[in-house]
Amino acid sequence: MDLFEYQAKELFAEYGVPVQAGKVARTAEEARDIAAEFAAKGSSLVVVKAQVKTGGRGKAGGVKLADGPDEAFAKAGQILGMDIKGHTVYSVLIAEAVDIAAEYYVSFLLDRANRTFLSICSVQGGMEIEEVAHTSPDAVARIPVSPLTGVDRAKAQEIIAAGRIPAEAAEGAAVLVERLWAMFTDEDATLVEVNPMVLTPTGDVIAVDGKVTLDDNAAFRQEHARFADTTNTDPIEARAKEKHLNYVKLEGEVGIIGNGAGLVMSTLDVVAYAGERFGGARPANFLDIGGGASAEVMANGLEIVLSDPSVKSVFVNVFGGITACDAVANGIVSAIGMLNDRGDAVNRPIVVRLDGNNAVEGRRILDEAAIPVVERVDTMDGAAARAAELAAKGA
Amino acid sequence: MAIFLTGQSRVMIQGITGSEGRKHGARMLVAGTKVVGGTNPRKAGQTVELNGADIPVFGTVADTMAQTGADVSVVFVPAERTKDAVIEAIDARIPLCIVITEGIPVHDTAEFWAYANANGNQTRIIGPNCPGVASPGKSNAGIIPADITTEGRIGLVSKSGTLTYQMMYELRDVGFSTAVGIGGDPVIGTTHIDCLQAFQEDPETDAIVMIGEIGGDAEERAGAFIEQHVTKPVVGYVAGFTAPEGKTMGHAGAIISGSSGTAQAKKEALEKAGVRVGKTPSETAQLMRDIMRNR
Repeated sequence: MDLFEYQAKELFAEYGVPVQAGKVARTAEEARDIAAEFAAKGSSLVVVKAQVKTGGRGKAGGVKLADGPDEAFAKAGQILGMDIKGHTVYSVLIAEAVDIAAEYYVSFLLDRANRTFLSICSVQGGMEIEEVAHTSPDAVARIPVSPLTGVDRAKAQEIIAAGRIPAEAAEGAAVLVERLWAMFTDEDATLVEVNPMVLTPTGDVIAVDGKVTLDDNAAFRQEHARFADTTNTDPIEARAKEKHLNYVKLEGEVGIIGNGAGLVMSTLDVVAYAGERFGGARPANFLDIGGGASAEVMANGLEIVLSDPSVKSVFVNVFGGITACDAVANGIVSAIGMLNDRGDAVNRPIVVRLDGNNAVEGRRILDEAAIPVVERVDTMDGAAARAAELAAKGA
Repeated sequence: MAIFLTGQSRVMIQGITGSEGRKHGARMLVAGTKVVGGTNPRKAGQTVELNGADIPVFGTVADTMAQTGADVSVVFVPAERTKDAVIEAIDARIPLCIVITEGIPVHDTAEFWAYANANGNQTRIIGPNCPGVASPGKSNAGIIPADITTEGRIGLVSKSGTLTYQMMYELRDVGFSTAVGIGGDPVIGTTHIDCLQAFQEDPETDAIVMIGEIGGDAEERAGAFIEQHVTKPVVGYVAGFTAPEGKTMGHAGAIISGSSGTAQAKKEALEKAGVRVGKTPSETAQLMRDIMRNR
């Protein structure tokens, strides 16, 4: 799960990583009130920052300086509701403006290729680190960090020195880095990034912007649910999540249900290829119902997929492994029965491909059930083509 | 001979008394696997009935190895306890530890991987979040269905579970020496490259199918390895051409961000290394069938 900047900074503050004062606003009026609070404390200059989970906010006009409550109101009004790279701005962070003497970069992340953690540190912060790495690779230090030994003060100093952070910022930066590592491990993060890490004219080192990604697999030992964001979530995705289904909404017309993430991804590809012959039909979603493929899970899956009005046909692609095809076929038959009983009449064609263990028996069960909307095709490629063709016809 | 897992392998199960451990332990026995024991610290000294056989339960991996000669462990314990289970297996110096459990926090996996390294890599780790290893006709350690394919001379390495099964089933007329599901998590113990190297050295493997998916750069690195070190024919398949950027598709590892890690980039890297890459699983299977027929 990616966090918004304001959530990242809440976590920073909990771990003692210095941040400037700031509060999140969901309306221009709230923005004005927050700016008024800061003005009363003597800081009338604030930054109004769009809260979206994507980069390039500044360039898109999503970050603006405001002097006083009225300007904060006006700027927040401009930014709220903006679209930044497909993300709608529902909230803004009102942060005290900071005097900047220098901008640096520091992060901790998972290094997949080397199967360890990595710190990246650079004296050239404030811009896209990829770009700095490209134009002046020497200015970007990469320091491996062992999960067994972690980061103590000495290691933090090593990171700071490798990133060529100058002497006047070194001590503050080392403290920040050590606390940032504590947050990275204690919160089960896969990325914590501070960019820019700012040196102020008075010699303080603070995190002025931050990016944090948390590991969803660690939910059982973390309190990350408090960061969940529903404002930018597709409503069908949200309902699928309630039913514990692994569903991702896409843009096409062919609904997809399969078992196993790899097989479902492959199904999306095969449908997209087949669609090239049928008016450009594309997959409408990713839905992995897992290895088991029970009747109830199948019914929930069908209901979710069919609740998407852009779906014109459905492709159920199941490989019977441990759960053999006869059980899966029975699941499909009772799932459609369950949906009809619930009043969610299944009124769009469903192409089913069953392969693997007991495929012959599974196919016989489907044939005998003779459900009008269900069409059976034996191969994955053939079934994908048929589903794409039916979607093109139904469009 | 097969790779990693042979007819002589003596397999134990960590978490043998749990529902997954019992279910798959029984299936492994039916497939001909020598399942010799398992662990549950609270049930040491008892036995567990798997498919009519009484299998002894021990308190620790070390005890199980000492009493039964186990040399492979399959881990079914819940995600919360997997890190400790794998570290125990590493401490016991078991040669092969196959981690089936899914949903393990990546900090835990990174830690047990670092621990294995720090201890001289005496234990080969496969997974986590993987279907295991099957050497058809010899042994089956994990959750790969045993009866979907036949014994033969193709080696298979794959990130994805069901795509592994799909490919084994498509090529059941040709058969496999060993199929290894390495898992789709961001950090895994045994990589595509490790398996490619083992298959290259295995006299009972003639050709290799490699299945990848979006995320990371393992396939790109595998391509570079193949170019340098693999003389046996390799056929490849990559899933995820239509996956949108930045969205997780089920596997923690299967996420694209930015330009690297795309299916297209992986396909190009493999083709550059002389790997024939199929557009669909069945086309990939046909490419392999053609290679095996023309030998």
